[in-house]
Amino acid sequence: MPQETLLKISNIDVFHGSFQALWDVSLAVRAGEIVALIGANGSGKSTLLDTISGLLHPAKGKIEFEGKDISAVDPFQVVELGITQVPEGRRVFPEMTVLDNLIIGSYNRKARSKREPNFKMVCELFPILKERKNQLAKTLSGGEQQMLALGRGLMSDPRLVLLDEMSLGLAPIVLNDLYKALREIRAMGITILFVEQNVRRSLREADRAYIMEAGRVVLSGDVAELREEEEVKKAYFGV
Amino acid sequence: MTGLAGLSTPITMGIFLGGLYVLIALGLSLVFGVMKLINVAHGDWVIVGSYFAYTAMTMLGIDPFLSLVMGIPLLFGIGFAVQRFLLNRAFAVSLDAALLVCFGISIIFQNFCQIIWTPFSRGLKPPYALESFSIGAVHVPLVYLLDFIAALVVMLFLREFLRRTYLGKAITAASQDRRAAQLMGINTGRVYAFAFAIAMAVAAIAGVLLGLTFPFTPTSGVSFLILAFGVVIIGGLGSMMGTFIGGVILGLAQTLGGYFLGAAAQMLVAYILVFVVLAVRPQGIFGR
Repeated sequence: MPQETLLKISNIDVFHGSFQALWDVSLAVRAGEIVALIGANGSGKSTLLDTISGLLHPAKGKIEFEGKDISAVDPFQVVELGITQVPEGRRVFPEMTVLDNLIIGSYNRKARSKREPNFKMVCELFPILKERKNQLAKTLSGGEQQMLALGRGLMSDPRLVLLDEMSLGLAPIVLNDLYKALREIRAMGITILFVEQNVRRSLREADRAYIMEAGRVVLSGDVAELREEEEVKKAYFGV
Repeated sequence: MTGLAGLSTPITMGIFLGGLYVLIALGLSLVFGVMKLINVAHGDWVIVGSYFAYTAMTMLGIDPFLSLVMGIPLLFGIGFAVQRFLLNRAFAVSLDAALLVCFGISIIFQNFCQIIWTPFSRGLKPPYALESFSIGAVHVPLVYLLDFIAALVVMLFLREFLRRTYLGKAITAASQDRRAAQLMGINTGRVYAFAFAIAMAVAAIAGVLLGLTFPFTPTSGVSFLILAFGVVIIGGLGSMMGTFIGGVILGLAQTLGGYFLGAAAQMLVAYILVFVVLAVRPQGIFGR
């Protein structure tokens, strides 16, 4: 069944100053998918997400979203176009309440009119946020902050959500809730690209995956295939 | 009056005068809180506000408060442009570069004022500037009361603006985590420009109150900048409540110092207090 290619990254090189972080990286995400971006620290996963989000721009190659070239777009415009990143370390606004964090999530023009329905949706997804809505974000636990960060991202009414290292520092029980939420988010029609170091978990939750090493994509495909790949088995499962 | 019985007047005067210092320091605190920039030209922006009101009075006969209808948009607009097109670019280089740009603006403003209005000291003198009033035993100049009321009104406006509007929340968010704010779709460049512009609009108001309270010259900005530093050091940078408490304490230090030790010592007492706070609790009362 043909699916719309939502995000298409074609052969991009990205530099941090004079240091090359990404080499000839290509990646595609189709509407309705959950795609995992796997790799060790320093493999370039976060750099790739930052480039999609417009915090960095490719020196070569291009990034297309819904058919439009977004390689040179500013971060705030990327959000308006429909891509929202939930950053590594959650980065909720510590001195603002849970409610204000969510409200500011709908800052972009397109999301403002949808604020009430999106807020309802986020509260249904994460009831704890509604409970704690007047608390300062910094008083929340790690798992709650991750839910807040995710909820805040959803308030911006995205078509594609980029999740950077959601599981860092969180207990498996909390993670189960979060991955369950991801499935519910996908069921709402939102596409997800998530970055993870935990290979086993990622391959369980995603439809397809890209594996990165030292700034390059070294393997990609359906998770079922990847699990059988000799290299993956050796490198990540110690087989 | 001497002795403790006469204390009620300098205490009341100190609190009210503190309102002026709060107003002057608010813009400095706002810019630092949002952009982590110490706007060393801040005092000069305030004085430009004073001179604008002065011109409106002497050339057009407009009351200083009324002239704010023009003065606020003027300083808001210039502030917006300076941040958007000058400071923004400097920030991209380094924080020090932005600091240097502010220093340059300070020099430009001082010389601009000197050329146009000459070094002679000026004051805003509408009829009510010389009035004073009494509550019981307390005798206070009217402008001091105006200073205090203005500070309360501006603080209230600012607080509600930051709390209730999208732009206000965006400014708050951007000041806590710039990167996260960008990822939420906030155009941080434009938001910073608005924050700076708002701070300069407050400076315009502070300029009017300053001109009503004290005489000023093109270089007065420096002395009031130092006072503003004192306010935020005592109260804590980036906190509105801190700025308020700091301003009132400084005002009190000044009037009580003058009351007990004579007029010549009033600023000395205020500055010594700043030193003490720096030594004992450098982040200020409400500082983080």
